Amino acid sequence: MAAVEIPRDEQAFLEYVQAGGQVETTDWMPDEYRRLLIKFIEMHGNSELMGVLPEREWILRAPTLERKLALTAKVQDEVGHSQLIYRVVEDLGKPREQCLADLVDGKAKFHNVFHYPTKTWGDVGVIAWLVDAAAIISQKALLKCSYAPYARIMKKICWEESFHILHGRDVILAMVTGTPEQFELVQEALNRWWAPLMQFHGNPIPSDEDPMYQWRIKSQGNGEARQQFLDGYVPQIWELGLTVPDSKLRKRDDGVWEFSEPDWDELKHVVTGHGPKTEERLALRRRFLEQEQWVRDVVLAA
Amino acid sequence: MIYEVFRQERRGQPFEHAGSVEAPDADFAEAWAREQYGRRGESVALWLVPRDAIRDVEHWADEFDLKYRRVDGYSIKARLKEARERAGTAGDR
Amino acid sequence: MNEQALLGIADDELIVGWRDSEWTGIAPMLEEDVAFSSIAQNEIGHARAVYQLLSEDPDALAFDRKPEEYACAPLVELHLLEWAHTIARRWLYEVADEIRVTALKDDPDPTVAGLAAKIDREEAYHRMHAEMWHDRLRDEPRFRAAVEELWPYALGVVPGELRGELVERVGLAEVDVVERGSHTDELAPLWEEMTIVRRSAPAGAQW
Repeated sequence: MAAVEIPRDEQAFLEYVQAGGQVETTDWMPDEYRRLLIKFIEMHGNSELMGVLPEREWILRAPTLERKLALTAKVQDEVGHSQLIYRVVEDLGKPREQCLADLVDGKAKFHNVFHYPTKTWGDVGVIAWLVDAAAIISQKALLKCSYAPYARIMKKICWEESFHILHGRDVILAMVTGTPEQFELVQEALNRWWAPLMQFHGNPIPSDEDPMYQWRIKSQGNGEARQQFLDGYVPQIWELGLTVPDSKLRKRDDGVWEFSEPDWDELKHVVTGHGPKTEERLALRRRFLEQEQWVRDVVLAA
Repeated sequence: MIYEVFRQERRGQPFEHAGSVEAPDADFAEAWAREQYGRRGESVALWLVPRDAIRDVEHWADEFDLKYRRVDGYSIKARLKEARERAGTAGDR
Repeated sequence: MNEQALLGIADDELIVGWRDSEWTGIAPMLEEDVAFSSIAQNEIGHARAVYQLLSEDPDALAFDRKPEEYACAPLVELHLLEWAHTIARRWLYEVADEIRVTALKDDPDPTVAGLAAKIDREEAYHRMHAEMWHDRLRDEPRFRAAVEELWPYALGVVPGELRGELVERVGLAEVDVVERGSHTDELAPLWEEMTIVRRSAPAGAQW
C-alpha cells in the first residue's frame, strides 16, 4: 500500500482531517491549523499548571497522611501533564519559556475554574470529583484529535485523571458521612463551584462555525460536553443528599438536561484575566520564575 | 537536548514510544523520565534516545500491483465455493 | 527499639516532606516540581511507616501533638523557599539520612532493621537526584554559601557517634552543632498550617 501522503493544499488537508486523517509533527500543515493547535494546546498546558496553585496549600494542610499523599500525587500529575503538553507545543514551534512568559504576562489564557479561590477542605473534594470530571469529558473527546502527538498524550492524561476522580469521590464520601459540619463544608463548596462548573465547557458554538471542530482538533461540541457532565454527575450529587444551586436544573423526558443559562459574561471576564485570584496566582508564578532564572541558566546551559 | 522515551510496560513487551523529555544531559533525562513515565508504576523499563540519533524512515514505493504480498491479495471465496461444489461438500457446512 | 530516636526520624521525614511540598507549582522547572513531589511523597510514606511502628494511630501521632513535642531536627524546620538553599538542604539531609538509616539496618529489632532496609532502597533515588544537583551547582558561590550556612544544622540530624562520618562525606570541618531537642521559631507556624484542617473537626473525625 502506498503511504498516506498529506496533501499540501489547505482544502485537501481539511478534507483529509475531516475524513479522520492523522497529522504528525513533521507533516505539512496549513499555517492556520498550526496556529489554532498551538493556541488550544498551550491553553491546556497553562490550565494544568495554573490548576496546581488552588490546590497546593491543601497538600500542606491535609488532615491525614493518606490524604496528603493522594493529593500530592494528584497535583503532581497536573504538573506532569503540563510538561507533556508544553513539549507538544514546543515541537509545533513555540518554546516552553515563551509559553510561560506569555502566561505570567497575562497574554495567554487558562480555564476559568483556576481563577477562583479555594476556601476549605470541601473545595479539595469538589475539585477532584467534579472539576476533574468536567475536564476529563473534554479530554476524552481530544483522544480523537487530528493532531496525533496531542491525541497520544491525552491517553496518558486521561488514565491519570481517572485516579483523581476516585480520590475526589472518596474525600467527599468521607465528609458527607462524617459530622454535620463536614457535610456542610461539601455543600458550601458545591454552591460556590457550581457556576464556574457550568461555564467550564464554554458557550455552545454551532459546529459549522467552530474552526476547532472543522479542523477536527476538537471533536465534541461544548453543549454536548456539558450534557455529558450533567448526565454523569448530577445523579451522583443528588444521591448523596447534596443540592445543586439551580432551581431550573432537571432532566427532561427526552434525556436532555435543562438548567439556568450560565453567565457567559462572567466566563469571558474571568478567562481574559479578571478572575478573583488571577493576578495573585500569576504574580506568584512570576515571582518564582524570576527568582529561579539563574537555576535554568546554570542547568540548561549544556 | 531532546530525548525520545520508549517504555516497556511489562517484561517481554515491546518498547513503545511514549513521548519526549528535554534535558541538559542523560542523567537529568533519566531522573526526569523516571518520574514522568514510571511514578505510577506504569513502566518496568525505559529507553532514552537523543532525538538526533533517530533516523526517520518513511515512504515505500508501491508502483506495481504486487498483491501477493498482502493479506487482501487473495480472494479465496469464489474458488472455494467452486471446489466444494465439485466435491459435493457444499451443503455440509 | 529506641522510640525517641525513631520518632526523631519520623518527624524529620514528615517535616522535610512538608517543606519539599512547598515547591509545588513553583519549582524552577516543571520536571523538578514533579521530582520534588515524588521525594515528598516518599518522605511522608517513610514517616507514616515509622509512626506505624510506634502507634496504632499514625495520623494522631503525626498531627495531634503540640509543636514542642515534635522530635525533629532544626534543619528540616527551616523555611528555605530559595533553590540554592533548598538543594543544599536536600543534599546535606540525604547524606545524613543515609548514614543514620545504614546504622539502623543493623538494629537488633528485625522490624526496625527491615523497615530501614526498605527506606534505604527508596532513598537511592533521592541520593541520585541530590548528587545530580550537587554536581551541577557545586561551583555556584550561592550554593556553597548555602551549604556552609546549613552545615551546623545538618550535623544535628545525626547522633554524636555518627558525626565523624558525616564530616568525612561532606568534606567540611566540624563546627558548633545546632542540636536536636530545641526548635526554631519556624516550626510553630508550620504546625499551625499543617494542622488547621484537622483541628477544625473533633478528634477522631474521619477525613
